[in-house]
Amino acid sequence: MTKRQKRMAAVLLLLAGLSVAAVLGFTAFSKNMMYFQTPSDIAGGKLPEGARIRLGGLVEKGSVQRGEGLVVNFSVADCDANLPVRYEGILPDLFREGQGVVAMGHMDGKTFVADEVLAKHDENYMPPELAEKLTTPDGKHSCAQFKSMGGST
Amino acid sequence: MIPEIGHFLLIVALGVAVLQFLVPSWGVWKGDARAMAVGQSAAQVQFALVFLSYLCLTWAFVQKDFSVTYVAANSHSELPLMYRISAVWGAHEGSLLLWMLMLAGWTGAVSVFNRRLPADITATTLAVLGAISIGFLSFMLLTSNPFDRHFPVPADGKDLNPLLQDPGLIIHPPMLYMGYVGFSVAFAFAIAALVSGRLDGAWARWTRPWTTTAWLFLTMGITLGSWWAYHELGWGGWWFWDPVENASFMPWLVGTALIHSLAVTEKRGLLKSWTVLLAIIAFSLSLLGTFLVRSGVLVSVHAFATDPARGVYILGFLAVVLGSAFSLYAWRAPRLKSDGDLAFFSREGLLLLNNVFLVVAAAAVFLGTLYPLFVDALGMGKISVGPPYFNAVFIPLTAPLAVLLGLGMAVGWKRAKLKEVVRQLRWPAALAVLLAIVLPFLWVDGIGFAVFGGVLLGCWVLLTSVHDLWGRVRAKRSLLNGLSSVPRSVWGMTMAHIGLGVWVLGVAFVSLYSVERDVRLAAGESAELHGYQYFLRGVDPVRGPNYDADRGTVEVTRDGASITILHPEKRLYRAQQSVMTEAAVDESPIRDLYVALGEPFDNGDWSLRMYYKPAMQLVWWGGFIMFFGGILAASDRRYRLTKLAQAPVGADGKVGA
Repeated sequence: MTKRQKRMAAVLLLLAGLSVAAVLGFTAFSKNMMYFQTPSDIAGGKLPEGARIRLGGLVEKGSVQRGEGLVVNFSVADCDANLPVRYEGILPDLFREGQGVVAMGHMDGKTFVADEVLAKHDENYMPPELAEKLTTPDGKHSCAQFKSMGGST
Repeated sequence: MIPEIGHFLLIVALGVAVLQFLVPSWGVWKGDARAMAVGQSAAQVQFALVFLSYLCLTWAFVQKDFSVTYVAANSHSELPLMYRISAVWGAHEGSLLLWMLMLAGWTGAVSVFNRRLPADITATTLAVLGAISIGFLSFMLLTSNPFDRHFPVPADGKDLNPLLQDPGLIIHPPMLYMGYVGFSVAFAFAIAALVSGRLDGAWARWTRPWTTTAWLFLTMGITLGSWWAYHELGWGGWWFWDPVENASFMPWLVGTALIHSLAVTEKRGLLKSWTVLLAIIAFSLSLLGTFLVRSGVLVSVHAFATDPARGVYILGFLAVVLGSAFSLYAWRAPRLKSDGDLAFFSREGLLLLNNVFLVVAAAAVFLGTLYPLFVDALGMGKISVGPPYFNAVFIPLTAPLAVLLGLGMAVGWKRAKLKEVVRQLRWPAALAVLLAIVLPFLWVDGIGFAVFGGVLLGCWVLLTSVHDLWGRVRAKRSLLNGLSSVPRSVWGMTMAHIGLGVWVLGVAFVSLYSVERDVRLAAGESAELHGYQYFLRGVDPVRGPNYDADRGTVEVTRDGASITILHPEKRLYRAQQSVMTEAAVDESPIRDLYVALGEPFDNGDWSLRMYYKPAMQLVWWGGFIMFFGGILAASDRRYRLTKLAQAPVGADGKVGA
């Protein structure tokens, strides 16, 4: 091979490698992409069965119930809907009734089964996605009523 | 009074930064040596000003001056002195001041240690650094002044975020910033090379120690951050592919590529425009990291500010820096001619391949980190990609790097024979395969395809590094003679590669063989995990300086013999009323035993999270060894000597084109 051909071969090899990487990347990407959902999104039924989702909302006041061992049941709500959540494990430090929470998991019938629950280290924390979804176009919290009912501090 | 002085000093520093940018630039344009020389004194004056200003803020914290808004928001009368000093960088405004201090420090160092550079290169470099200073100082003064006062003065502060009250967090941000900001020097050198049109071996030799130094700080910063997350977040994880972690990891990947391509540029005069491009990208990613973390587009423990003005400012600044740097690159880079041809199977060829993998890996991380933000900005929904994406993409992209690393050290510059390389490496390769079979059995009682692969790569990197060093030593008459004749830069390279090998081993074991269990225990009960019995002896209240805690006593036994007694804590920080989990870890090179308290139940039971983590320590060790490798490499005599040797050539600013 001449020098030029060699260089072309090297470039082709590189391109092939890059395309493999790109294919790999985008496959992994589409497989692991999770959509953020609120209870009303789920109630709206816009969800493929068994999909992994991130559920965001406020933990409804008085809904937290301990079960056997580390099982805990609670309900996550937004302005219009609420959803029962089942979780087995240790809840994060800032998990409180009336506070914002994000849970990762999937729907099992009418219940959301979470394998991971996140609450951020800030008393007034609300996931920005949720804050946005709870805000009406005129910039006000559309469910101030809910929030007072939720009794957040 | 002191805070006003600090504020005033910052304003003066901004003025000096403007001088540092304008006067040397004009000097370079007109060829005026006196104007060019202004950059050095301006840089030193600026450092002094920013340093004093920084001391003013520290003073306000030490004195508990709660009339300063920033102090009141991040300190408390009960906060221990150590944390009052580190609270300076506990939130947005102060960490910007720290960033600025680092920048002024790096700039000052360039002005002191590069007296032997050609005057126009020094002048351009300092002018570019001055321009960056202008950007950051005006950002601080316009949007985030740490010295703002507020009235009425509150009786007490709101306390430092409890997450940050940890020894690991005292040094993590300064190290990380040293690294981030350090790439500004490589960036400034790259711009200087583009402006002057001269990019030769000497330029690479000037740039290398600076880049390596930035890299080693970034390595240390990331390692410490990971160590902190492991101990402080109570989830037992050490890397989460959190956007903010990624923000520090992308510059690290590109910086690592830059270190290697600089080697090629120095030794062979190749890949010149690529090296310059990497220097620009590394710094851009550092800026992008700042934007991501500081703008509030990301929510994480690191995101302090949610003021949109700040995000817009940094984005604008980023656009100006990138726009001008890439325009300059597009205009001038075609002039940078390579001094020869690049053979594929040679050290430079393999280093180029290494660069491709590193940059593609950085791009994959970039995609996963930023794509959700783009989608959101375009109003196409809220998505996120989790660790599975990053693992699925990152591991296949970096595994070949480990293979290349071993090959690259055995392959010579210019041209090599495959046969010779195979002959040299057959023993390290065979030994690596053997170890990859034996080690998993000894360490974790099991083997699988994944752990075999991981240990194989780790051992391969370790063994080829040692083999390469041995080859250099063996060529000399005696062992001592051989060891002392190996230059520090080679020691540094070997150490850094050994660090990587140790790190890969640690990652392979800990990510594949960790065992986790959440349990609910009453005092006196026990639970079993991986052959260890954990007895919860009791949970007692204790009072810390600014928190109250429940302190668990967990005795770990194995086959009836007591191994250790651990004290995990659940702390309630009084000022912010926030709860923190303080995990307790029994550490050894073989395995970590990790216990964190979960939450109390009504009947007095506690939930406990227990981990068995094999080889966790190797992950930190790997980072520290790389750090020390970086120190050795950056302090090589060669860099100091060549400056002397270059002086007569470079002084007239003409030679070297």
